[in-house]
Amino acid sequence: MAKRLSPGVHAGSMADIAFLLLIFFLVTTSIETDAGLDRMLPRMETPPPLIINERNILRISINDSDELLVEEERVDMGELRDIAIAFLDNGGAPPGNKGHCNYCEGLRKQESSDNPLEAVVLVTTVRATSYGGYITVQNELVAAYNHLRNREAQRRFGEDFTEMQAVYLNPETPEYIRASLREKIREIQGLFPLNLSEAEIK
Amino acid sequence: MIRFKREKETDVPEISTASLPDIVFMLLFFFMTVTVMKSEKLKVNYVLPNASEVKKLEKPDRVIYIHIGKPTLEYATILGSGPRIQINDKFVDLSDVGPYVLGQIADKPEAIRPFMTIALKVDKHAGMGIILDVRQELRKINALKINYTTYEGDAYANLE
Repeated sequence: MAKRLSPGVHAGSMADIAFLLLIFFLVTTSIETDAGLDRMLPRMETPPPLIINERNILRISINDSDELLVEEERVDMGELRDIAIAFLDNGGAPPGNKGHCNYCEGLRKQESSDNPLEAVVLVTTVRATSYGGYITVQNELVAAYNHLRNREAQRRFGEDFTEMQAVYLNPETPEYIRASLREKIREIQGLFPLNLSEAEIK
Repeated sequence: MIRFKREKETDVPEISTASLPDIVFMLLFFFMTVTVMKSEKLKVNYVLPNASEVKKLEKPDRVIYIHIGKPTLEYATILGSGPRIQINDKFVDLSDVGPYVLGQIADKPEAIRPFMTIALKVDKHAGMGIILDVRQELRKINALKINYTTYEGDAYANLE
């Protein structure tokens, strides 16, 4: 009997098949944009009204053409971050008094906030305010908080707060590092709590 | 002279393409691992706003997406051009946002239900009105952890 040679499998078209698969996956999948600004909404049941001194509130209004009014004055979006930093970092309570802020570096004006724990930023919008403008304001306020938190974290731990937070949130970070970071993050957040409040003008 | 010419005519060796499939497969696996399947068909168009101080959203199975924007051309003839809410392939009325989100949360294993984040993917030209309404609905069902999903970039670009 004649010995038959089995024909070799031709691998030349393999590349084409793989290319087809590749193009299929490129078309049907997308790289997700999964980053943004985190917020906690207030609970539905209204808490008993807090009595807050007017000097501890920074009032920001955004109108329907995305113009800003801060404490009854027209300001540009570019100035907002510095205004917020000056307000939060003011530390107006005199030394020796309850609520004196020993880590603040502000101007310590009497008519501005007592300390960062008391200071509240109140953002009011109208229904026609654009979402983009609102996000810009929120972004500036978070930037102001991050600036102050970074400064304090640098002084205490020699590290940036945002850096520590990114490492902490990374799921690949080992647990023992996260545990030590958690303490530091809590401490900084305790010094500059994110007191953002919102209201709608009817 | 003729002989000399002939000597120079050496054959260029052919490039072997045997490893080409391997290279393409490597590319394929790379894309398969870094991308995710489009889970839902978008029926609204949106351009997200930019922000610079963003935080990454943690695990995708703990996120519920709410899309708000103008309906796509297909639907614009029926629904008009006002901003609409889409959750999971469907247009949803404002009053149904709460029940829908609750249903989504109930589908998840019990252990991760308290950690669910609602990601709002909203067109930057949409008004705040619809967002205030949606937020109010979310407060009613006690889903308080939200995320305004944005692109990373210059926030001042939102104002144009």
